Amino acid sequence: MLSELAQELAQHLGRWLDGSGPSSEIVLSTRVRLARNLKDLPFTHRAREEQLSMIYSSVVTTVRKTPALQRAVALPMRELTPLDRQFLVERHLISNDLADNGRVRGLLVLPDESVSAMVNEEDHLRLQGLASGFQLRSAWESVNAIDDELGQDLDYAFNEDLGYLTACPTNAGTGMRASVLIHLPALVLTKQIGRVLQGITQVGLAVRGFYGEGSQIMGNFFQISNQTTLGQSERETIESLERVTRQIIDYEQRARDELLKDARLQIEDKIWRAYGGLRYSRVISSQEVVNLTSAVRFGVALQLDGLPSVRTLNELLIRTQPAHVQLSAGREMDQRDRNTMRADYVRRILEGGAADAADSN
Amino acid sequence: MEVKASKMQCEFCGKRPASVHFTEIVNNKKSEHHVCEKCAEERGYGAPLLKSKFSVGDLLAGMVDQAGVGEEAKVGRVQCPKCHLVYSSFKETGRLGCSECYTTFRAQLRPLLRRIHGSTKHVGKTPVRDAARVALRREIQGLHEDLQRAIEHEEFEAAARLRDEIRVIEAKGGLASPGGTS
Repeated sequence: MLSELAQELAQHLGRWLDGSGPSSEIVLSTRVRLARNLKDLPFTHRAREEQLSMIYSSVVTTVRKTPALQRAVALPMRELTPLDRQFLVERHLISNDLADNGRVRGLLVLPDESVSAMVNEEDHLRLQGLASGFQLRSAWESVNAIDDELGQDLDYAFNEDLGYLTACPTNAGTGMRASVLIHLPALVLTKQIGRVLQGITQVGLAVRGFYGEGSQIMGNFFQISNQTTLGQSERETIESLERVTRQIIDYEQRARDELLKDARLQIEDKIWRAYGGLRYSRVISSQEVVNLTSAVRFGVALQLDGLPSVRTLNELLIRTQPAHVQLSAGREMDQRDRNTMRADYVRRILEGGAADAADSN
Repeated sequence: MEVKASKMQCEFCGKRPASVHFTEIVNNKKSEHHVCEKCAEERGYGAPLLKSKFSVGDLLAGMVDQAGVGEEAKVGRVQCPKCHLVYSSFKETGRLGCSECYTTFRAQLRPLLRRIHGSTKHVGKTPVRDAARVALRREIQGLHEDLQRAIEHEEFEAAARLRDEIRVIEAKGGLASPGGTS
């Protein structure tokens, strides 16, 4: 069964989802992760159970000693149900890979989800910082500081030439993957997205789906991240991703202006119908929530009056995923029941959001 | 080599087979290009294009094509003395076995890393423990040089002081280096 922390996570919303960060209406979140391995031990997939246990306990011990991670909670994968694990995947805290494997693995996470660490995933340690909106530098700085603190105790596999040594050579060097989750409905609508994505890959960046590597594009969300980890410092990588992201935001902005100039009424109609769908449906799939929410988010960016806040939309996006719905209900459900329950949640969240808006006015 | 004839030729040199294919958009005009890797690199299409191919499998397959068959079989049997991973197994999974593998397969990994990252040199941060070690090593080295100079100039008092200093730092370094972690 879920630990207290996971219950807390189910009830609250991570700080990275609160819509308070810069450009939150276009950039949902910023993520920076560092891959680290301990010296003198085989990488996870070649390690024996007792070595994995040793790695797990030395990471936990070090985390306990680190002031900034005092409140971190440890969740060993073996003690979690499949539903709990799926919940953590939906929350962007663990990978499918960590969830699926039965070996000694775990997650360490702060209650506000700003910092977390997967232990014994592909690499011994995958340290992750999540921040609201578009704030690459500060996300990097906070993860960097924690990496330094952990690195005083943990002896990282490192060599002066190749940097941090990782199980896959695609991560060797800085071991850093920085990314933004960006919402590009106008570029998709105007069919310019293909060209933009092609441009992104040509400058050495990668594009992925909503849940990162190997996941699908959903609701016009794209994850853009650096591809290379050697030959460039962390700061240079962050700055170049920042530059490209700014440019994409600019393209998206221009595509939006174009759309509005040509078809303002049709666009607004689409947005309000989407809102109506969320507000009044009685049976709804998570894919439909994602798609409708995407349209409403577009409306929020256009400053249409009477729509929910970015925070409420983020909440919809995260809280209506299958494992979230089931954990809130306190039981496992088949898809039909979930879709009914989900429609209920969506209405309740939107009513709450509307009340929030009324309160603040 | 006979395969060449059936393949598309590079549009720049007309000699080598075209292995890089891309669409260029200039002033909203689309045009398709088929060039060999050498010309692509020479004309500046190289770096970003190569960087965008990131599947380890593809990269390795590409490298297999470059090496001779016999040579390839030999390389595949190279084994890491520490974790016993053989190179051919890395090629299948894309995962190395331990940090020592980076030394063992250094010759094979270098071109691969260059293809993936466009570089083989780390210029990012250094772990605090290593940074401390490197700094300490440099400090001790500096003191040793001072000591040598003092001895050459027959400044024995200074030499004795330096020797004591080195001992203190080395002892301190012993405490700071690995041990009491796991």
